[in-house]
Amino acid sequence: MINKGMKAVALVFSTAAVLGLVSCKGNKKSSTAKSTDDKTIRIFGAFRGEEAARFDEIVKLFNEKTGCNAVYEGSPEFETQILVQAEAGTPPDIAAIPQPGMMKNFARRGFIKPLSKEVVTKIDENYAPVWKQLGTADDGKVYGVFHRVNAKSFVWYPKKAWEAKGYTVPKTWDELTALENKMVANGDTPWSIGFESGAATGWVGTDWLEDVMLRTAGPDVYDKWVSHKIPFNDPAVMNALNYVGSIMLNGKYVYGGTTNILTQNYGDSIKPLFENPPKAYMNRQGNFITGFMPEDVQAHLEEDVGVFALPSIDPKYGTPVLGGGDQFVAFSDKKEVQEFMEFLTTWEACAPWAKVGGALFPHKNQNFDDYGNAIERDIAKILVNATVFRFDASDMMPAEVGAGTFWTGMVDYVSGKDAKTVLTAIENSWPKSN
Amino acid sequence: MKAAISEKMKTLYVVPLTVIIMSGGFLLLRTGMMNQVLTTVFAIIWGTASVLLLFYSLNLLAQLMKAKLYNAVIPYIFIGPAVLIMGWYLFVPTIRSLILSFMDKRGEHFIGFGNYAYVFTDPTMLVSIRNTIIWLVSGTVFSVLFGLIAAVLADRSQIEKLGKTLIFMPMAISLVGAGVIWKFIYAYRPEGDTQIGLLNAIVTACGGKPQNWLGTAPANNLFLIAIFIWLQTGFALVVLSAALKSVSSEMIEAARIDGAGEFRIILQIVIPSIAGSIVTVSTTILLAALKCFDIVFSMTNGLYGTEVLASQQYKQMFKFLHYGRGSAIAIVILLAVSPVIWYNLKEFNKKEVF
Repeated sequence: MINKGMKAVALVFSTAAVLGLVSCKGNKKSSTAKSTDDKTIRIFGAFRGEEAARFDEIVKLFNEKTGCNAVYEGSPEFETQILVQAEAGTPPDIAAIPQPGMMKNFARRGFIKPLSKEVVTKIDENYAPVWKQLGTADDGKVYGVFHRVNAKSFVWYPKKAWEAKGYTVPKTWDELTALENKMVANGDTPWSIGFESGAATGWVGTDWLEDVMLRTAGPDVYDKWVSHKIPFNDPAVMNALNYVGSIMLNGKYVYGGTTNILTQNYGDSIKPLFENPPKAYMNRQGNFITGFMPEDVQAHLEEDVGVFALPSIDPKYGTPVLGGGDQFVAFSDKKEVQEFMEFLTTWEACAPWAKVGGALFPHKNQNFDDYGNAIERDIAKILVNATVFRFDASDMMPAEVGAGTFWTGMVDYVSGKDAKTVLTAIENSWPKSN
Repeated sequence: MKAAISEKMKTLYVVPLTVIIMSGGFLLLRTGMMNQVLTTVFAIIWGTASVLLLFYSLNLLAQLMKAKLYNAVIPYIFIGPAVLIMGWYLFVPTIRSLILSFMDKRGEHFIGFGNYAYVFTDPTMLVSIRNTIIWLVSGTVFSVLFGLIAAVLADRSQIEKLGKTLIFMPMAISLVGAGVIWKFIYAYRPEGDTQIGLLNAIVTACGGKPQNWLGTAPANNLFLIAIFIWLQTGFALVVLSAALKSVSSEMIEAARIDGAGEFRIILQIVIPSIAGSIVTVSTTILLAALKCFDIVFSMTNGLYGTEVLASQQYKQMFKFLHYGRGSAIAIVILLAVSPVIWYNLKEFNKKEVF
């Protein structure tokens, strides 16, 4: 009797509980399907602070034009968060993804929607083919639009102090080595390098290796390296790493030696250049580093800061440009989302940011005069006119390597492990299958 | 008799009403007609009301039974939904993790013990296992030891409240928050620069060279564990201090009259009397050390040989998207935790330890 009653009761409340649970689940889902007619667009990305504020201006422009309500939100844990949101069925409408590999992953799993024909036509018109290719997934469809991008093959120097010392911009690697030695002889320190970047510590090192790799082995070998057609411990990579090591592991060449490379934040690493007298004279970093310079330097960028492309090593390959950028992908079918994507391909959506500074755009239809300062204008020209542009290799490799062992491997290398051990360890970590 | 009939009448309309409200609200939410704020407000009100109604209706239904049966059933009715939901949130994910741990990266194909082989052979994993053991042993031992010493001293001190407050205060800081604070303590600047880190400022003031405290394994693990100890000592202190108060003062008096020294009293009377509390505190801290991910994540992110199991699990699962390995590590952690939890529960059932 008791047993029977209990069973009945158990049945009743288990049904009720399941109902409650299902409702929780449904509740979550509902926010994705949330009213297709309301014009709110949620955009999610990794950049925050000043960069987000500048992007907000672009979003505002779009909202004024279309009457939509697009809102941007940035998170330092973007890579993790976007995945969790996509899998939970609560993605944003648009996400700005820094890694082409992640875009391909999302496309394969059906999380993101291909761009409309109109947007793809605009991409064909306004971008070099490499950018369309980077936004194309394995199924051959185009998913991503690039807006602000960065170029990283630049060496920055404190113009006034540099000229006072009579240093000249090196055109070749040999000239660079001669300059480094001259600086050391003068009692100066050539480089300031900082690897520290929170959860992403080490990426500065991977950028260095990639840049050198493009110069010693050329873009074709670089592509094979990225797609793992040659192993990670291939002699070509070893050779490039030794070039990097000839600078980084030389205590006289780098401010604070290897310990400081590891502990110094990448943004802070530009600051020693602008002390009086400078504690170091060169910093190899992307265009975004200007945003980390001391405020008084930023105010007089053209007078205080000099920049040159990292010199060529093998004349055959010239000075290729390494870069990266967030691609915007759509998670929802809303009409406004495609409108926003199309907006991003126009120069109208870039000019305000170019004026304020801190951003480069790959758009062919851009007006270089819109850049707020000569330095960014020159860099933009280098980027748009570069014969060889390659996307940051670590962002293209599988996450285990590109956001894992490659970063930690560069840290290990600078900590004192030998090149062969480091590269072999990275090679062994390359996932056997997808 | 009349009252009983009206009770039954109540059941007759309350139960269907509950079903209507619960399913209606659910269906309404699923249509997604409301905007985010309204959805949230509605979900909160509807959710709370539904739970209340659910319990109320279940009780009404149960009242239809005979008194004896009602008494037998009612505890299950009240605890049932909670158990079911907890089960759903804890048991189902555990089973899913277990299954995933035998699957490949994307959880699509069965690959046997491959992920476990990875866990116990990969060099990084071996380092994290080593570090986790260092964490377990030194984190737990020192937290409890310092907590005990502080408790004994505080017990005999004039400034008991102040001392205890100071030691307990870090407990209020989150692990990540503590990480940020200690980052400044361990900060390194090259020789000749102004040291912004407390520790290096002291070292250079004494004429030493600045050290990169977090740079060399395995010593850097101890610098990380120091943060954990700083946080956990307060917890040990409070629990042990309360336990000390319950040690009978007559017994201590008697020992003193018999000529026992303070040390002997502590070792042979006080500590055996509070052994239960020490065990509970130790196991709790042990669990915290085993799961400790936040400090490693915020301080070194596992670089320089400081990886622990929990940080590796996070990386494998959410960064490398390797569900198989991530789940396998989770299961290893679970297995490592289980005996401690089991022991704790056993002790907990045996007596009131806290």
